[in-house]
Amino acid sequence: MSSRVFVTGLGIISSIGCNIKEVMEAIYAKKSGISEITILETNYKGKIPVCEVKKLNKELAELAGVSNLNKYTRTALLGIIAAKQAVAYAGIDNIKELRTGVISATSVGGMDRSENFYQSFYKDQNKGRLRDVVNHDCSDSTEKIADILGISEYITTISTACSSSANAIMLGARLIKNNFLDRVIVGGTDALTRFTLNGFNSLMILDATGCKPFDNKRNGLTIGEGAGFLVIESEKSLKISGKKVLAELTGYGNACDAFHQTASSPEGYGAYLAMKKAIEVSGKHITEIDYINAHGTGTANNDLTEGKAIEKIFNNSIPEVSSTKAYTGHTLAASGGIEAVLSVLAIKEKIIYPNLRFTEQINELSFSPTIELLQNKEVRNVLSNSFGFGGNNTSLVFSKY
Amino acid sequence: MKIFIKGIGSISPQNTIQNTLIDADIIQHHTEYLKCIEPVYKNYINPVSLRRMSRIVKMGVTAAQLCLKDANLTNTDAIITATGLGCIEDTENFLNSIIANEEKLLNPTPFIQSTHNTVGSQIAIILKCNNYNATHVHKGSSFESALMDALLLMKENEANNVLLGSSDEMTPNLFKITQRLNLWKKEPINHLKLSECKTKGSIAGEGAAFFALTNEANTSNYAVINALDVFYKPATNDAIDQRISLFLANNQLKTDEIDLVVYGINGDVKSDGIYNHLMESVFNKSTSTYYKHLCGEYHTSTSFAMWLSSIILKNQVVPNIIKLNNQPIKPINNILIYNHYLNKNHSLILLSKC
Repeated sequence: MSSRVFVTGLGIISSIGCNIKEVMEAIYAKKSGISEITILETNYKGKIPVCEVKKLNKELAELAGVSNLNKYTRTALLGIIAAKQAVAYAGIDNIKELRTGVISATSVGGMDRSENFYQSFYKDQNKGRLRDVVNHDCSDSTEKIADILGISEYITTISTACSSSANAIMLGARLIKNNFLDRVIVGGTDALTRFTLNGFNSLMILDATGCKPFDNKRNGLTIGEGAGFLVIESEKSLKISGKKVLAELTGYGNACDAFHQTASSPEGYGAYLAMKKAIEVSGKHITEIDYINAHGTGTANNDLTEGKAIEKIFNNSIPEVSSTKAYTGHTLAASGGIEAVLSVLAIKEKIIYPNLRFTEQINELSFSPTIELLQNKEVRNVLSNSFGFGGNNTSLVFSKY
Repeated sequence: MKIFIKGIGSISPQNTIQNTLIDADIIQHHTEYLKCIEPVYKNYINPVSLRRMSRIVKMGVTAAQLCLKDANLTNTDAIITATGLGCIEDTENFLNSIIANEEKLLNPTPFIQSTHNTVGSQIAIILKCNNYNATHVHKGSSFESALMDALLLMKENEANNVLLGSSDEMTPNLFKITQRLNLWKKEPINHLKLSECKTKGSIAGEGAAFFALTNEANTSNYAVINALDVFYKPATNDAIDQRISLFLANNQLKTDEIDLVVYGINGDVKSDGIYNHLMESVFNKSTSTYYKHLCGEYHTSTSFAMWLSSIILKNQVVPNIIKLNNQPIKPINNILIYNHYLNKNHSLILLSKC
């Protein structure tokens, strides 16, 4: 049993950039990805701000290196782009030399195309192009990623709403620790859809002016799209591959709030349990956690309850906390993957991300998020939170190696 | 460490809620697809929760309740669920309302209940269970992926018992779409004779099945879960043969020690070839059985096969309706479930007598 899990590759695509370089440039420039809708077909174009990747599917296909556009959903294209980057970053030449798996995550899978199918199907059940619906299920994007990377050893997909990719990363780590796999490509992908945009809009939790995580006047989230993937490896794998370690995945914790399908319990009990467990597994003391990359969606309910749970764990010594969702938006199932990539980059680049768009501390909380970009900061351990509908809460700890 | 099945619960197109499958009680459906025989839900779920639940959630939650009752448990160390397509009815309802209302003034309830983890989280809310909770959604290996997660969790000593289960629902719209994708037979058939069909396509089904897994030995347990293997897109039939040989060797078993094989035969000439090949070669001494004529084809149908295998191992009775050959029935110590979904997602589940 490998006792340790190392991160050796990273890949990301989001509204603030299509690769790590672009994303980091936006981070340093404090440039948010919040914008008007220009690509998604919806009546809310120009009305609700989102964090959209400003590339047509045709352009994404070029980035992904695929040609037959009919075969790919936007979700799959985003996933392929980020997963390929992660594998290239890790410098893997022969993917089959070690037992390698893909564990991905998505919330609505190929809905970006099936909702177009459904538009025609709704009027006439014999209408609608089948090629737009055949890739609907959640495993499609995972299998497309695996096929392109040439991976067949173990492939699966997790869907626990907005904590999906954190759970995919956790499962990948456990498969390595149990000596079932040597190396796993882990993360998640989600494209913007009318389905999710209207879903969150019907819940009245989309901020009409763009999200303001941890702000007293926060008024909802900003929905985004993207993908984030990591290559994680066992000690044995590392010896064979000789890859450079970017960080170690030391802790993970999964707990269920078991309170309500969408709302968190008043004290954020599930969030507290997930964070507590992740820190325990990491073997770190709370004083060694230098940064919390919060779930921080910008909804009244999440930020308050997550804040309460953070206070309960860290008492009076709360580390730097920020939500990077003011940059990337809430990318749903992809958020855990995107934020895991950012957490590792915080350690590597010795920076802590600013919580953009913040002005006023939440009345009921004792702390404010970090609002400046902190540089030359020794970041030993990052706690990354991902919480989802259904109370599915997962926290990860990434540590300096 | 041995992992046992302590309790089971199943809602399926057959009368399975008593955890029996009786030859005299087999139901022949005369509909386009096999629909579950559903219990009176208010006996299992409180009316306030029930009102908001779609059919798949009711089926999943009730199968979980039946399972916990059977296992004599009131709570669990983990809830791990699987679904191929999730909450289709609510997904359709929300899509319909987006179109009908032109994206305005939508009722959020179907959206809230449409996420794939709804069944798992509803069970957690009912049980007030704050423990590990995950949902696996990988088409034809969703249930196997959840089972893998459960086995890992118990081996890691993170759980002494796990509530594991799957649910998938069929709806008229989904049936129409998958029919257009040529997944189902075009001609009317007697689904109880599915294995005799020599045409393309299968028959659609649905179901929910749950298992209470425990690391505690007990004479009332159903079975031991010995091993699981999941593989993706094997290149040839030879590759499948080799994978099965390796799987058995890894578990110190010879082919003639597999007393009974449960095949995923679904009546589709394009996919049944491998099962017929195994039946006539490697496993020609074993009792051959199948199950999809009873529950239909769906992404998580192997959970029905595992439910069926559990009662066979415990009761040592093989219903005639599932038999494909006339091997004399010996004491059944080992059952192998082999299934594949559209030749992509393959799985082997090995269960043994306690």
